[in-house]
Amino acid sequence: MSAITHSSVQSVARTRRRRGKSVVGPTFRTIAIVFVVLLFIAPLAWMLLAAFKTNLDIVTPSRTFDFTPTLGNFETVFGAQNFLPFILNSLIVGFGSTVVALILGVPAAYGIARYTIRNATAFVLLARVIPGVSLLIPWYFLFSQVQLVGTYTVLILTHIFVTMPLVVAIMTGFFEGLPNELEEAAQIDGCGKVEAFIRVVLPLSLPGLATSAILSFIFSWNNFLFALVLSNQSTRTLPVAISNFTSYASVDWGGLMAAAVIITIPVMLVALFAQKYVISGLTAGATKG
Amino acid sequence: MTTTAKPTLAPRRHVANTVSNWVDRNLKWIFTAPAIAFVALLIIFPIGYTVFLSLTDSASSVTRPFDFIGFDNYAYWLTDVTRFWPAVGRTAYFTAVALTLELGFGLAIALLLRKTFRGQSIVRVFILLPLVATPVAVGMMWLLIFEPTIGFANVLMKSLGLPAQLWLSGKESALNTIIFIDVWQWTPMIILILLAGLSTIPEEPEEAALVDGANAWQRFRHVTLPLLMPTLGAAAILRSIDAMKTFDIIYATKGRNGGSNNEAETLNMLAYNESFGNSQYGSAAALLMLFLTFIIIILAVLAILRKKGTRV
Repeated sequence: MSAITHSSVQSVARTRRRRGKSVVGPTFRTIAIVFVVLLFIAPLAWMLLAAFKTNLDIVTPSRTFDFTPTLGNFETVFGAQNFLPFILNSLIVGFGSTVVALILGVPAAYGIARYTIRNATAFVLLARVIPGVSLLIPWYFLFSQVQLVGTYTVLILTHIFVTMPLVVAIMTGFFEGLPNELEEAAQIDGCGKVEAFIRVVLPLSLPGLATSAILSFIFSWNNFLFALVLSNQSTRTLPVAISNFTSYASVDWGGLMAAAVIITIPVMLVALFAQKYVISGLTAGATKG
Repeated sequence: MTTTAKPTLAPRRHVANTVSNWVDRNLKWIFTAPAIAFVALLIIFPIGYTVFLSLTDSASSVTRPFDFIGFDNYAYWLTDVTRFWPAVGRTAYFTAVALTLELGFGLAIALLLRKTFRGQSIVRVFILLPLVATPVAVGMMWLLIFEPTIGFANVLMKSLGLPAQLWLSGKESALNTIIFIDVWQWTPMIILILLAGLSTIPEEPEEAALVDGANAWQRFRHVTLPLLMPTLGAAAILRSIDAMKTFDIIYATKGRNGGSNNEAETLNMLAYNESFGNSQYGSAAALLMLFLTFIIIILAVLAILRKKGTRV
């Protein structure tokens, strides 16, 4: 029975292929691609719609698309929930940890790439493998003793744990792709090695630097765990602020979705405008096998 | 220092040269030292301190003195069948199922998007969006969609004539629903990595197979897949590490206990709850060391599998 169905399906497929190869294949492909894309963006679209609905419209299925948009939820988020300081905190921590990660990570990546320090890649992997909580316990002990818990300093320092390995991984790959002759030529012209790095290598590395900077900012912006424990009322970042939102406003879905939109839209815009960099950064290191 | 005579030009240049020579000779370490120092200070030292804490009964407050209790914390967890072993099971289940689905869908979609077509770049942008979305916000978004009475998921189920589900609020279904969210957010990562991997594979072997009369499946199975195996292995390792450590989405959808019945309490959640929920720092540290051991074992297994895989 199954053999018959199987072979008949096959023969149908074969005839189709013979008759209309140029139509059926591409059409199926197009439908499949549209379906995949819908799966990935429909929930985000749903969130975006809900952010502009009243709570009544959110719970009414018939008003999924047919509703009068309102900015009330955003007024709640910026008014009653006072999200503006959290946005500023996320920006400060994101920029701070990105800048320091670049200052520490870029020369390190150059050293690793040019002098092929094998073990150095191990610490990048180490930073990925270790569960964040296991670092958080000693950090909490250490930073409590010196009364730094709740400061920007601590948040920036801990976020570097996320951002620097990223910078090192991306930049190591990037520097390995730059021909060594560039520095050699600069040295023949009388540059020292440091000077050659600063005046020749760095300007050529702008795409790599952009990739590192954008991604490390996104990763810091999205990070939740460290700020959850180490921030306080005044230094709380956006992800922590939104997670608190549910505890005392569990029914205000509109406000919650507006807050979620406020958090995700900036990183999505960054990703849209810099998609080439974001993709190359995300896949860096993984394709070489 | 200030009283020394003005050096003549020649020696000064000589000094400058020696300095720059020294810098050039040790550049390797000058460039890497700050990063290594940072890692040592913020990663190596804390890990050492976690090991130290795991042997103590440190609890309730960071300033409270504590005693050495040897391996009692480890013994406690390894014999705990109510929280620890179920959490191990959930972590293993979550990682295995999420990884399998993500690799499967990721591979299928990457192959689908491989050939150039109109609107390819816009499709890639759409695929990128879940990846950059803040996980906590993503958790909140799915919380609304999976809300049993008002969420879109059950509206969709009803319109398809299927029974409504409890999704995230169900004792049995919560973990699976969180896996679904993880698959939604991270399959794009696998797709992008595999697309990058596919673009580096030369077309000639596949064309040769086509000439030899191999069908699409044979070409995939015997030509493309073996060539893609290293990339697939790298993606699997990256993804499995992160899946084991999943925190944001579970916290956002189920709270720090992983639900009232701990139905979504993985090892990472248990460790967080034990340390910053119950302030049991010593035993949480031991738990994390056990967790890290599991991660390393799984990575070793994956690395071995990957080595075998490349030889296929």
